[in-house]
Amino acid sequence: MMMNKIMMDCEKAHTVCDKSQYKEATVWEKIKLKFHLIFCKICKKYTANNTKLTKLIKSNSVFTPLPKDAKEKIKSNFKKELAKLND
Amino acid sequence: MSDHKINPNNWIDLYSDYLFNYSISRVNDHAIAQDLISETFLAGLKSMKNFKGEASERTWLISILKRKIIDHYRKKNSKKGKAEVRMAYNSSENEGDWLEERVADPFDKTAEDNIENTELGFAINNCLEKLPEKQAKVFEMKTILNYETETICNELDITASNLWVIIHRARTAMAGCLEKNWF
Repeated sequence: MMMNKIMMDCEKAHTVCDKSQYKEATVWEKIKLKFHLIFCKICKKYTANNTKLTKLIKSNSVFTPLPKDAKEKIKSNFKKELAKLND
Repeated sequence: MSDHKINPNNWIDLYSDYLFNYSISRVNDHAIAQDLISETFLAGLKSMKNFKGEASERTWLISILKRKIIDHYRKKNSKKGKAEVRMAYNSSENEGDWLEERVADPFDKTAEDNIENTELGFAINNCLEKLPEKQAKVFEMKTILNYETETICNELDITASNLWVIIHRARTAMAGCLEKNWF
């Protein structure tokens, strides 16, 4: 009974692993994931790679979204041209 | 195969962040990158009739941006040789200082960090470019722009479980691609 509750398949484990990369997994999900990882080598590898990917992207400060005001400026310029085209 | 449609109304919302990062990893200057993508969108608008639908909008816009980046470097290069470096070391106060001034500052380690960071951004962008459009978009919104799951679901009109499947595929592909090119 208890075993059934704590077991999960690989597909679910992957999803929980993905969610936990964004801090969106619940505590219970994380416990189940840890348990799954004890005996599942494939998921263990996936989790390791996934964590690495998260760290890599976090460490990359060059990757920034376009600043809002610049976006608005480009947008208003673009809208003007678009309007000209539709005339 | 011409199932790709063109619709410039959403271009800026959909692609500006992606194009911005693409160009910033290549020109390394915020202002220039912004100008380049602005030009790209306008050029795309002008040559919309040339869009054959063979590639997705994003790929098509990227190909325009690539031309713009090349043009940018060409222009920059054509100014080479016209620049003149003047240095005056004749004031008695500074005499003899010039050698010391040219020695690299051992405490300035940030330059190397910056190069590495730029290369990483480049690698991430390259891998992102290889993903299918939807995966790239979702991955970017979720991982790089840090949008809430709900926001993304609303904007792209998908369910949460849908989103996690897409994220899973994107993460697997990204990890594989970066493993080859970066790890």
